[in-house]
Amino acid sequence: MSNYTDELVDFDEALDRYDPVLGFEVHVELNTKTKMFSDAPNAFGDAPNTNVTPVDLGLPGVLPVVNKTAVEYSILIGLALNCQIAEKCGFARKNYFYPDTPKNFQTSQFEDPIAYDGYLDVELEDGEIFRVEIERAHMEEDAGKLTHMGGATGRIQGADYSLVDYNRSGVPLVEIVTKPITGAGKRAPELAKAYVAAVREIVKNLGVSDAKMERGNVRCDANVSLMPKGAEKFGTRTETKNVNSLRAVEHAVHFEIERHAAVLDSGAKIVQETRHWHEDTRSTTSGRPKSDADDYRYFPEPDLVPIVTTVEWIEELRGRLPEPPAERRKRLKAEWGYADKEFRDVVNAGVLDEIEATIAAGASAAVARKWWMGEIARLAKAADKDIAALGVTPATIVELNSLIEGKKINDKIARQVLEFVIAGEGSPSEIVDKRSLAVVNDDDALGKAVDDAMAAMPDVVEKIKGGKMQAIGALMGPVMKATRGQADAGRVREIVMEKLGL
Amino acid sequence: MNELIKLSGTELAAKLRAGEVTSVQAVQAHLDRIAEVDGALNAFLHVNAEEALAVAAEVDAIRAAGGADAEALHPLAGVPIAIKDLIVTKGQPTTAASKMLEGWMSPYDATVIEKIRAAKLPMLGKTNLDEFAMGSSTEHSAYGVTRNPWNLNRIPGGSGGGSAAAVASFEAPLALGTDTGGSIRQPGAVTGTVGVKPTYGAVSRYGAIAMASSLDQIGPVSRTVLDSAYLQELIGGHDPKDSTSLPKDLEGLVAAAEAGATGDLKGLRVGVIKELQGEGYQEGVQARFNESLELLKAAGAEIVEVSCPNFKYALGAYYLIMPSEVSSNLAKFDGVRFGKRVLPQEGPMTIERVMGSTRAAGFGDEVKRRIILGTYALSAGYYDAYYGSAQKVRTLIQRDFDAAFEQADVLISPTAPTVAFELGANDNDPLAMYLNDVATIPANLAGIPGITVPGGLSENLPVGIQFLAPAFQDARLYRAGAALETLLEKQWGQSLISQAPAIDTASIAQEA
Repeated sequence: MSNYTDELVDFDEALDRYDPVLGFEVHVELNTKTKMFSDAPNAFGDAPNTNVTPVDLGLPGVLPVVNKTAVEYSILIGLALNCQIAEKCGFARKNYFYPDTPKNFQTSQFEDPIAYDGYLDVELEDGEIFRVEIERAHMEEDAGKLTHMGGATGRIQGADYSLVDYNRSGVPLVEIVTKPITGAGKRAPELAKAYVAAVREIVKNLGVSDAKMERGNVRCDANVSLMPKGAEKFGTRTETKNVNSLRAVEHAVHFEIERHAAVLDSGAKIVQETRHWHEDTRSTTSGRPKSDADDYRYFPEPDLVPIVTTVEWIEELRGRLPEPPAERRKRLKAEWGYADKEFRDVVNAGVLDEIEATIAAGASAAVARKWWMGEIARLAKAADKDIAALGVTPATIVELNSLIEGKKINDKIARQVLEFVIAGEGSPSEIVDKRSLAVVNDDDALGKAVDDAMAAMPDVVEKIKGGKMQAIGALMGPVMKATRGQADAGRVREIVMEKLGL
Repeated sequence: MNELIKLSGTELAAKLRAGEVTSVQAVQAHLDRIAEVDGALNAFLHVNAEEALAVAAEVDAIRAAGGADAEALHPLAGVPIAIKDLIVTKGQPTTAASKMLEGWMSPYDATVIEKIRAAKLPMLGKTNLDEFAMGSSTEHSAYGVTRNPWNLNRIPGGSGGGSAAAVASFEAPLALGTDTGGSIRQPGAVTGTVGVKPTYGAVSRYGAIAMASSLDQIGPVSRTVLDSAYLQELIGGHDPKDSTSLPKDLEGLVAAAEAGATGDLKGLRVGVIKELQGEGYQEGVQARFNESLELLKAAGAEIVEVSCPNFKYALGAYYLIMPSEVSSNLAKFDGVRFGKRVLPQEGPMTIERVMGSTRAAGFGDEVKRRIILGTYALSAGYYDAYYGSAQKVRTLIQRDFDAAFEQADVLISPTAPTVAFELGANDNDPLAMYLNDVATIPANLAGIPGITVPGGLSENLPVGIQFLAPAFQDARLYRAGAALETLLEKQWGQSLISQAPAIDTASIAQEA
């Protein structure tokens, strides 16, 4: 933590006088079965140093071998970001001594990334599209995880000792680097969040990453600089490292704009450096000085041969690309005819896939939305589970709905049936039969129950005869009681009217 | 001396198959020889007697039982072998002749070791080398120098001086070496043995502790060309663990050696490299080289002169590329995960300082020299001038070879410019030591194969003759090498190695 309080300038005021320039480096951990250069499992959460081979530990004599699936995933990401794919590219060694890097160099792409020159159209909250240019997407390996024990800062300096877990060492990463982003103005923080969210959504949609920011599957370094309004020469930037939630990305950019403005207003210069993000104080503190001259002594990795991509291979991969998430949303909204707010709620609830599948299984768009946004969402919330984790299938919804439409059950019973389905009692029809939940619309049985009720409540009958139709409701109680709640309320009403000649 | 140890690997294999001797007898004879002379030579850093005898007994049992299992035994099964201590082995220490790895046990086997185990060659132990294979004399081992069996005051070459000395002194019929700039061939030359650097990628490097990844290659060491051919066929082949290994096996090496042994070289075009002779080459070396040329000519070879004008830059380029890769490859030796860890004697205990103390204490001078050179050559602002230029030279040397191989099927040169120099002669002049590899380095820079065969004596010390062939044409080396071997032995009436003097172990014992 810093032992001083940064001077800040109010955000709006700052951007009255300065134009922000943003840049993002987003690291995406691929969810391949094995690591980038070894056949160790690529798995999260296992006991420390169990998912390692001699290669991941950098033992003497070992050699890396490129994971072909990781290359394919990287190409998929490149294609989804509208990038060019390199015909030939290779790896380099980035040399630096640090104990989370077992070889004391990181194997990474350097001069020749697998994907370059792309763009991503980012949708802001009001629907405005902001195009972010992509400089490159390159492959590299993750480092191990260090835990510093003792000391006050949780950093290696001052720690009594440090633990290292090499399970993450060698996990495949794709680093997506934007070109400098200008013109975002006061929407810079919003754009930052929307950009990272869009990247996360794309890699999730591609199925190439688990895309969980809280697990570090997607990590963002946010670069910010300010230049006087109207200027063309970029100011000095800072790089806020490892901003690991969407909200934090937004806040970090917001904070750095306010801090930069204060420094520049005072006549001082921004120090080119990395910054650490602190969620608790929503502020950044100085990391280490960073200059473009950091000397990693890059040179081509001699243990690996170049990766050559053929047109056929790339086209085969292009054929595997799913519909881009933004386009899909646009299409579905039009097809389903939901209102703006209805659709936004569906997206926020994360049930697009479920509703699409339910409609495909035969339900109407309105019915699908009613169930997924209504009863299922309520049950999920009550059980504190993800909606998907409840295990409700589209077929269940379609079946429930046809039982309702066939007047076999009513809405209230359908909700009960759903709970029994979730409890694993079987399909809706099985449950209705087993539990004898079918509504009673047998006119003889209903007729008798209505007769009994009318006989018991002559005053109510008089009221109805007198034109007070809502009084029919008073007869419902005894009728429902007699039929154990399974009476079809509509039919009961009809029978009452018939009997009274109304 | 037990006559068993005089046999070549192939001869011993034949006797094992015929049931005339057992593998246990053969291994024991070599262990006895090691006990007898290695105190003076120091070729071995570790002797693996128990395991070697166990493997030998297993082979003997299979053979005694007969049947399909006996039939399926590899031709070299039961023939003992020595392993350069740069190659990792389970169950035996691997030190790279460095204090850095003192006591370290690899948890895995190199791919070549897996193949040797599968073929059931008893491993006699691990042989000495210049630390991390950096040197041309085996004087830079952290565990003492190895001496040349021909003259105990001379170097056995390097870095693979241990493997070469072991084979030359009949401690082992076969050995493995590694060749980055000549570390198999130059020791072969100065000890009167055969050594081959295969085409880059022909033998998996997985498990060979990397010195310079783009140059390193494991290869055979033996007393006959035929033995090396058998050994390369055994250890070669594609390895999915080594991305740079060739997709296809190189075949017909043994057949080529057998064809060459007829001594008939009709139609073979042998190119004499103009730049690898004359100035800087000792008179006696040049004389033996010229005699070999005459013999080849008489056997039907067509001798042509070829020019490789860019070879004059080879040594310079090598001493930029190699240390650059060394500086990165040796970064992992930091005391964090394995091997030596040295804590700073005073001052704060930070990770940087622990790494620094470990590397200061764990590496010898020659290793440090190369790490510093390479770190400098790769630095921002110097990269283009040094590493970049060196890579361009590498391309030019490849082109020189391409042009030369249009005129010739194989190229020929002395393997080393001098016979074995005296121990300590180059202690204060690393550049003089580097010059010893002037004729071997171009092959590593171009990735092509090379062989050294004994070419006679000068000052009672062996001279080596080197053949080079285009990439993937290792078979040509075995044909030409076996032919020259046959022609020379016919002239001498015996092999060169049988002319070696007895090893005067007492002289070293007294010194010690």
